[in-house]
Amino acid sequence: MTTTSLNQLSGKERFSRWVNARRKWIFAAPAMIFTAILIGFPIGWTLYLSVTDAKGSVRSPADFIGFENYLDVLTDVDRFWPAALRTGVFTFGALAVELIAGMCIALLLWRPFKAQKWVRVAILLPFVATPVAIAMMWRLIFDPNIGFANRLLGWVGIPPQPWFSEPATTLPTLMFVDIWEFTPMIAIILLAGLTSLSDEPDEAARIDGANAWQRFWFVTLPLLRPVVLVAVLLRSIDALKTFDLLYVVKGQGGGSFHEAETLNIYVYGLSFKYNDFGTASAVLIIFFLMILFVMWLLTFRRKGAKL
Amino acid sequence: MKFGSAKRVVALAAAALLSAGVLTACSSGGGGDDGGSKTLNVTLANHVWTDVITKKISEFEKESGLKVVVNQLSEDQLVDNYKVKLNAGSSDVDVMMYRPLQVGKLFGQSGYFADITDKVNDAGDWNWDDFQSGPVGLTTYEDKVVGVPMITENEMVYYRKDLLEKSGLEVPTTMDELMNAAKTIKEDNDGVAGIVMRSQASAAVTQFSGFLYSFGGTWEDDDGNSTIGSDEAKEAYAYYGKLLHDYGPDQISTDMSWPEAAAIFAQGNAGFWIDASSLYENVVSPDKSKIGDQVGFTPFPEGPAGSKPYNVAAWALGINAASQNQDNAWKFIKWATSPEMTLAIQQEGVPSARTSVWENPEGTSSFPEELAKAINVNGKNGVGNDRPLVVGVAEAREIVGAPIVEAITGGDSDAAADAANKKFQELLDSEK
Repeated sequence: MTTTSLNQLSGKERFSRWVNARRKWIFAAPAMIFTAILIGFPIGWTLYLSVTDAKGSVRSPADFIGFENYLDVLTDVDRFWPAALRTGVFTFGALAVELIAGMCIALLLWRPFKAQKWVRVAILLPFVATPVAIAMMWRLIFDPNIGFANRLLGWVGIPPQPWFSEPATTLPTLMFVDIWEFTPMIAIILLAGLTSLSDEPDEAARIDGANAWQRFWFVTLPLLRPVVLVAVLLRSIDALKTFDLLYVVKGQGGGSFHEAETLNIYVYGLSFKYNDFGTASAVLIIFFLMILFVMWLLTFRRKGAKL
Repeated sequence: MKFGSAKRVVALAAAALLSAGVLTACSSGGGGDDGGSKTLNVTLANHVWTDVITKKISEFEKESGLKVVVNQLSEDQLVDNYKVKLNAGSSDVDVMMYRPLQVGKLFGQSGYFADITDKVNDAGDWNWDDFQSGPVGLTTYEDKVVGVPMITENEMVYYRKDLLEKSGLEVPTTMDELMNAAKTIKEDNDGVAGIVMRSQASAAVTQFSGFLYSFGGTWEDDDGNSTIGSDEAKEAYAYYGKLLHDYGPDQISTDMSWPEAAAIFAQGNAGFWIDASSLYENVVSPDKSKIGDQVGFTPFPEGPAGSKPYNVAAWALGINAASQNQDNAWKFIKWATSPEMTLAIQQEGVPSARTSVWENPEGTSSFPEELAKAINVNGKNGVGNDRPLVVGVAEAREIVGAPIVEAITGGDSDAAADAANKKFQELLDSEK
């Protein structure tokens, strides 16, 4: 009787010990499984589609064709490589300007001044509006015939500019809109970083006779580096997957000459307009690898910087 | 310590519950209706037809005892929506409004449509034989009827009576006269374009089709080979491009579809506008147009091969093959396309595909007289399609549309036509 109860107790104890040791795994398991399915299934399915010739309908039978899609995509100099190039130009061009402008704004707002609260709210406005609405607004402003931008130029005697209506000016104009929208985000992140810095290194440099530029370049910026990297990481991921702005302004195929066709727009067209799911999946996998590579570069540089 | 771990347990349990909740929500989302549900899901495009029918749906609900849920989308969103839902085998679309020319072949091949051949033939008074044969051909896939045509349209020349009068011009009847009239209007009126038309590569294809046919060209020959590199096609490309490049709006964009072009015309900033006849409300109605009382209508002008505008079934109603509610879906389609309803809708200005309505004076009374006459002429000369009839219509439109924008921007459209010819041939070969 006693033995059995002891045995039971020890069995319970053993079980509870086992549970206790793996507590964090057991409780996290449902969420982890859920997330794994949610991330794993789409990637797995895309990988599967990318090695088939799925076309028309995903449910219609598709044949396994190995890496043919990848080969087709990587040798496609008509659409794929120009789109990849545009994705890079758009992302890193806009990002560079946003970083510099964001830093300038953050430095301006750093030291307390009157109406600081209001200014902070005001610069945040472009960032909190819906991208689709913003895209439609800028499309109207830059309309070649009735747009406000050209009328404004007319008042100061400058001839109308093509903005969105010529292939050469489309991407820069789109980058301008992106910069307008997302500079505030960078500014806010950097401002948060600046306000958390301690004043002492700056004061020490001041006593040593460093001027404002030297103090910024050799003291503030190095201290701010982790925050800058976070901003770059967040923003570059976001910019790489820009879709709404480009699609609303230029539509299917990125305009008549594919002048605004980034990889995202290209994939959308491949899958939803051409119903070419095999090729679209291959492009997505390649795009995914490209993003992983860029992120690896960024984080790798960060580790290197710490050394 | 004890308190902390208890809190953690509660938090984790909540997280687990939440994720389980999300999972069940996901799994129940795709569930279908039980056979013959009282709720009917109808997906419609933004169109004048839809505006009229949605006002009358309560009558149908009363009559049938069904509840109709309308999901209304723009043309592009509509197709994307179908592609996502039908690809996933979803049953929450019962009745679908679709464009037979754009997706008929693709959806037919993918098995998205329910076969309604028996339903239309057994419908008695509803009278399937009353539908025009061209449109019916477009809603038939491999000898099975898959849709009921609702709206027809053909290519119409809209013009400004006052501007023509001011410049002493006659209404153009040939391509040369049209070019000359556009030129004169542009020269006589500062800041007004001679003509405005679609300029976005794939959107322009449908309106370009009338020019292609009237210059004697086609998309492909009887053997399925691309013919858009032919001399006739090159002439048509060059003509369409010259009209817009020389006599279009000052700042010509390559992004215009019909809403942009219609807006320019309705603002009084162009002498001519060529687009679908069914869009006339947009430039005639006083709410939308500054020049509504000055708009004239004339049949498509003659080219070297005569006047050959497109005349097509623009929209049709079909039933989702995966729908669990097909009998009720058919009830709705039968009601919405009945002779009485068709007459009522046509009286609101939507051209229908029923012969009887066009023979009935009541059916044409609501149209401006000139428009009804021009539709009639276009209908007689018309060609039954306005784009390449392939599975990959979207891709084909981008390919054959490229020379149009090349010509509009003043580029070498002959070379672009040759390049497009090669690509289009590849597309045709890949579908063989």
